[in-house]
Amino acid sequence: MVTDDRKYTREHEWVMVDGDVAIIGVTEYAANELGDVVFIELPEAGNDVTAGDVVGTIETVKSVEDLYCPISGEVVEVNDAVLDAPETVNQSPLEDGWLFKVNLLDADELEDLLDAAGYQTFIGG
Amino acid sequence: MTWGPIYIMTELAVTGRCRVGEAQSPRRSPDPESAVSEHDLNELKTTPLTGWHRAHGARMVSYAGFQMPVQYAGVLAEHEAVRERVGLFDITHMGEILARGAGVSPWLDGLTTNRINNLETGKVVYTAMCREDGGVLDDMLVYRLTDQEWMIVCNAANHDKIVAWLLTRAEGVAGVEIEDASDATALIAVQGPDATILMHRLAALADRTIDLDGLDFSTCFTHKGPSGRWIVSRTGYTGERGYELYIPLNDALPIWEELVSRGEDLGVAPVGLAARDTLRFEVAYCLYGHELSEDILPLEAGIGWAVRLKNRDFIGRDAIEAMKAAGVPRRLVGLEILPTQAGRPAPIARQDAEIFAGDRFVGRVTSGTMSPTLGRPLALALVTADAADSDLTVLIRGRSAPVRTTPLPFLPARVKGDPRAER
Repeated sequence: MVTDDRKYTREHEWVMVDGDVAIIGVTEYAANELGDVVFIELPEAGNDVTAGDVVGTIETVKSVEDLYCPISGEVVEVNDAVLDAPETVNQSPLEDGWLFKVNLLDADELEDLLDAAGYQTFIGG
Repeated sequence: MTWGPIYIMTELAVTGRCRVGEAQSPRRSPDPESAVSEHDLNELKTTPLTGWHRAHGARMVSYAGFQMPVQYAGVLAEHEAVRERVGLFDITHMGEILARGAGVSPWLDGLTTNRINNLETGKVVYTAMCREDGGVLDDMLVYRLTDQEWMIVCNAANHDKIVAWLLTRAEGVAGVEIEDASDATALIAVQGPDATILMHRLAALADRTIDLDGLDFSTCFTHKGPSGRWIVSRTGYTGERGYELYIPLNDALPIWEELVSRGEDLGVAPVGLAARDTLRFEVAYCLYGHELSEDILPLEAGIGWAVRLKNRDFIGRDAIEAMKAAGVPRRLVGLEILPTQAGRPAPIARQDAEIFAGDRFVGRVTSGTMSPTLGRPLALALVTADAADSDLTVLIRGRSAPVRTTPLPFLPARVKGDPRAER
């Protein structure tokens, strides 16, 4: 499901903005295409990140995928629960499977992201 | 997140939609799998089951020149189906080479590390074939089908190489005829604790003279199937009780569909190449291109049990014996990756990850993954023999993780005896 309450990236991540904090996760499309996630590496709270940085990895039995940060800022919270239960990303990529939160530095960066319709087109809907 | 060059979508054209196959994927596996952006799906060879796979939600990948199913319901579900119930594999891409004649037995024995001369009819032997310097050309099964007919079953990725090798070695040898039957042979594996139950349900095997229950591990029989000769063996690559059915192409789809429908109450599942790899990995079976290659000798890869040196000669024998006398320089070991941070799950070490004893580089991971059955990151690694008992670490994306050596196999195989033996 590609909903209007968030923005999307060509790397199949979603960004939901709540005030000055952006919550980041991977899309349902990503979770389905990846298959069973068995290991996740996330940034540490307190890390400064720049849009486009590789901040972690999502691993399946067979593959290692880079996790990018789509916006610049400081990582303020990390979803520890998915580290111990990576399958949460497959079960609930949009809710319980959120990955990390970033203190948004520059709202203009959000303009570079895809809206729901744009992402839907991108994945061929 | 970008896509590693593993999966292609059956429904969508890939190029332009996702960054498949781009260089930034951290995987550098030499596996013969590749993204569809490098191969036109339609240029690849198919099996009689390709249409069935695609119609049943298989994710297809290019593998050794074939379009093959890498997964259906998911790797973990398929893996579990084989460990707990029964799974079906389309492995038609593998090579089947027939050798016929009165001269085959001694000739073939001169090419294989394991003894096959005078093998009883109906027996199957696991062996390697080597170069003169002992480097492994392939690992394979050798079947004695009749007094003068043998079948060599080799890896799909090495098919052309092995056919060429055998043809060259057979030149001028009396009583040896080679026929590459790969394109005419479909291969279906039925693997899991309930495999025997399912096999009993096949109408084509209902003939009372067929003693399926009496078929010992690593033996085979031939049978007149609906479209031609069947070869059925109690062999497999999963570590579970299982069978491999070599059948004419025309029989493949009907038999597959029959196995699927008659196995429904058993929870039979189609299983792709991804789970095939995790299954063999847990029981520490070698995969060519990982634990075996032309740069690895059989004793290093831990398949010395398939090497017979006494009173026989074969290509590579002298090199192997010299290595044995000098001391085998490298050993295949099992590793469990330990957490780098307290309270955090341990990371996964993949093929080619570097292993150190202190500051000293001692080898690399040959295969590594999150073990589905054991729920831990495990790895097979080729390390210098003197390091095998040291404290080791593995480098994963620039960070060092401690590892613990663990005896092999990680999970005992249940190919003989009770298919539901506790472990």
